[in-house]
Amino acid sequence: MGLHDRVTDWARDFDHTDEGWAADPYPIWDELRSTCPVARSERYGGVWLPTRHEDVVAIAYDTDHFSSRSVVVSKFRAPVEIAPVGTAPPISSDPPFHKQARKVLLPVFSPRAVSALEPSTRAYCEELLEQMRGREVVDAAADYAQHIPVRVIANMLGLPEADADVFRGFVHHVLEGVSLPIEERVAGMLPLFDYLEKHIADHVGNPRDDLISLLLDSEVDGRKLDGFEVARMILLLLIAGIDTTWSAIGASLWHLARTPADRRRLLAEPGLMPVAVEELLRAYAPVTMARLVKEDMDWNGCPMKADDWVLLPFPSANRDPAAFAEADTVVIDREVNRHLAFGVGIHRCVGSHLARMELTVALGAWLAAIPDFELAEPAAVRWSEGQVRGPRILAIRRPALP
Amino acid sequence: MMWRMNVHVDADRCQGHGRCYLTAPGLFEADDLGSGRPIGDGAVPVALQHDARLAVANCPERAVSFEGT
Ligand code: HEM
Ligand code: SF4
Repeated sequence: MGLHDRVTDWARDFDHTDEGWAADPYPIWDELRSTCPVARSERYGGVWLPTRHEDVVAIAYDTDHFSSRSVVVSKFRAPVEIAPVGTAPPISSDPPFHKQARKVLLPVFSPRAVSALEPSTRAYCEELLEQMRGREVVDAAADYAQHIPVRVIANMLGLPEADADVFRGFVHHVLEGVSLPIEERVAGMLPLFDYLEKHIADHVGNPRDDLISLLLDSEVDGRKLDGFEVARMILLLLIAGIDTTWSAIGASLWHLARTPADRRRLLAEPGLMPVAVEELLRAYAPVTMARLVKEDMDWNGCPMKADDWVLLPFPSANRDPAAFAEADTVVIDREVNRHLAFGVGIHRCVGSHLARMELTVALGAWLAAIPDFELAEPAAVRWSEGQVRGPRILAIRRPALP
Repeated sequence: MMWRMNVHVDADRCQGHGRCYLTAPGLFEADDLGSGRPIGDGAVPVALQHDARLAVANCPERAVSFEGT
């Protein structure tokens, strides 16, 4: 639950961690888009919320006026001196440094590298489905979706899969604890740093064929990354890779549970899956990013001040009728779909090829094992609060086996 | 005159979303970093014209275009 007053005026006093936003943000964005387009709130020391596709793209491209040194809105802003590197490169970095940090990760997450992980991902999804066998009601978020990205990234990094709960607890703290005092926010991150320090030291002594060793061997600015820098990059991969993918898989299953026609279509035409995955990513894009305004300026009539937050709601851009026909409808075979689920511009999600693979495999394996299903208790579905939105409680019923 | 169409990727705009090589695998491929590039000289056979149009329409960075000759 957010530690804040409930929102009554979305144009002048919004809060993106409000329960109303978590439960169903689309009507809020639709209303703002057609009336206000850029909302403003004094919470968190000042936040702007553009809602149109055009404005979200313009701000994402404008790295001269908007900094990435903090991308999760809270009362705490990373100090200006930390730019252009930031606390978790490359997501927290600005040009010109950003490009070098990003280059370290690009080959590891390239389409080719990712396709090698497909068989193990499929086997893992099938294992999870096997564990749910015989149960009439399962939680698609807790029993299925949440485990997939954790296992995949732990394997890539070379960390024990058994530590999944440690990573998840940490990610939750960073993404949903945004209203906590700064001391508590920092304190919550220390145990994971200790944990990673131990594993990194072990990798320094015994290099192996995994991502931690590769990061330890990588160069930025002509010198090798040190243990602390590697730890920060791992933290970023955990934060950026887990809740996001979990949310995308969960939201897609939520949609399919409520839409038998789309389910049947995918079962009859498996070749449609890549197009369907892009459409589900468009309609249920889980990630909203943020920027900090660099200097006082007038931006399209908005009096922006240095250090104001600007949210980049890619999910709202994806529902803008000016950019998409039937923007509020899932058109499962939508062919023209310039969606922004993975962002746009220099910070395009490095993990997008991996995420797309996980989503495709997770949905395919689910449909093969559970072709027919519905929400067991629609009113009990719970969505996460904050900048990454997806179902966290998602009870699904399937027809009892004869 | 014979009508000819080539696809082109603007490397400065491309951010490696991969929509071009996923949508039109017969026309684009990924490099080692995941950026898109045309296969060969990017000439579009008649059978792949629809794919080519979709690649142009789906690139989030508007990096894919046609070069007519
Ligand atoms: C469906 C799942 C995912 C979604 C919707 C998503 C979305 C995004 C978005 C919107 C950004 C842009 C950030 C910005 O503009 O500030 C981003 C950046 C990033 N994502 Fe993802 N992401 C997903 C999965 C992953 C995975 C699985 C990984 C890696 C394990 C990952 C790693 C990253 C990294 C490293 C960045 C920073 C890139 C940069 O700043 O250059 N993401 N993601
Ligand atoms: S779709 Fe556009 S951004 Fe993506 S790889 Fe192709 S050209 Fe590059």
